[in-house]
Amino acid sequence: MNLKELITDKVKKKFGAALEEVSDFRDDLCLTIKNDQIVQLAKFLKEDPELEFVMLKDVTAIDWATRKKRFTAVYHVYSFKLNYTLRIKANIDDDPPVIESVTPVWRSADWYERETWDMYGIKFINHPDLRRMYMPEGFEHHPLRKDFPVLGIPGSLPLPHKAE
Amino acid sequence: MGLEAKLTQDGFITTTIDSVIAWARKSSVWPMPMGISCCAIEMIAAADPKYDIARFGSEVMRFTPRQCDLMIVAGTVTYKMAQVVRRIYDQMPDPKWVIAMGACTSSGGMYRSYNVVQGIDQFLPVDVYTAGCPPRPENLLNALMTIQEKIGKTKARDYQNRSLKELELSQI
Repeated sequence: MNLKELITDKVKKKFGAALEEVSDFRDDLCLTIKNDQIVQLAKFLKEDPELEFVMLKDVTAIDWATRKKRFTAVYHVYSFKLNYTLRIKANIDDDPPVIESVTPVWRSADWYERETWDMYGIKFINHPDLRRMYMPEGFEHHPLRKDFPVLGIPGSLPLPHKAE
Repeated sequence: MGLEAKLTQDGFITTTIDSVIAWARKSSVWPMPMGISCCAIEMIAAADPKYDIARFGSEVMRFTPRQCDLMIVAGTVTYKMAQVVRRIYDQMPDPKWVIAMGACTSSGGMYRSYNVVQGIDQFLPVDVYTAGCPPRPENLLNALMTIQEKIGKTKARDYQNRSLKELELSQI
């Protein structure tokens, strides 16, 4: 049985309608899941004896700017058993963008989710320590959002006053 | 310099205190290597035997600001790093000079972005800007020579009795 079919069938059987989309772009399988099912899916992919996606390689997000569901959280997971990388997506509503954290499943999600929070302002519920990653504490914006100007917002980052 | 030839003839020279001090200052500029990114590699190259910054008396790169006169800011300064750069600058004793090495330090360079300070002259008094991305070691040596020329024109008392106002203002 084809590897992609195996994964898709198993997830489809378990999650049914919660699996919103299955796409296969340039040989990369991508599953789009309803955002309230993300932790269940994560647990399933990790713990299923035939799949064992034990490694979370990356968490990031996309800001679509004009879509009704403005953000998409993107996860890349890897199975040593299958030697396969799978992409998972979950669309998130704006205002405020919230999704459950996958840190209980993959501990490595900790810093990835912090980075995603810093850059996109997506709140991860149940995250153990959701602080900013790159920008200073107290910064009020999220730089990778499409409505953030490239040169930043004047005065939003403090500089030392000029020395004589 | 021909100094030794002159001394063997007459045994003494006459000069002014100012010019002796200026000469001593400019011939032993100790740099603070503020190497923040790729420019630092060229700064290191300037210290190697091929380019040999020691020819200008500046081979003593000190990694403590307390012993330096010249800060070579070599690399991209982000808003987060700006606080650190300024803090180190504040710890250097007077008189002190600053070289903005490379495009990033001088103007933000190719990082026209929210996180990079668009020119360190927004928070530091820069004496010499060096063009290049990164500048070649010759270019850094040229900047150093320009600084030396500038120091050569100073008077010893220029830096005496500086008011403490500056120190009070600083964020240390």
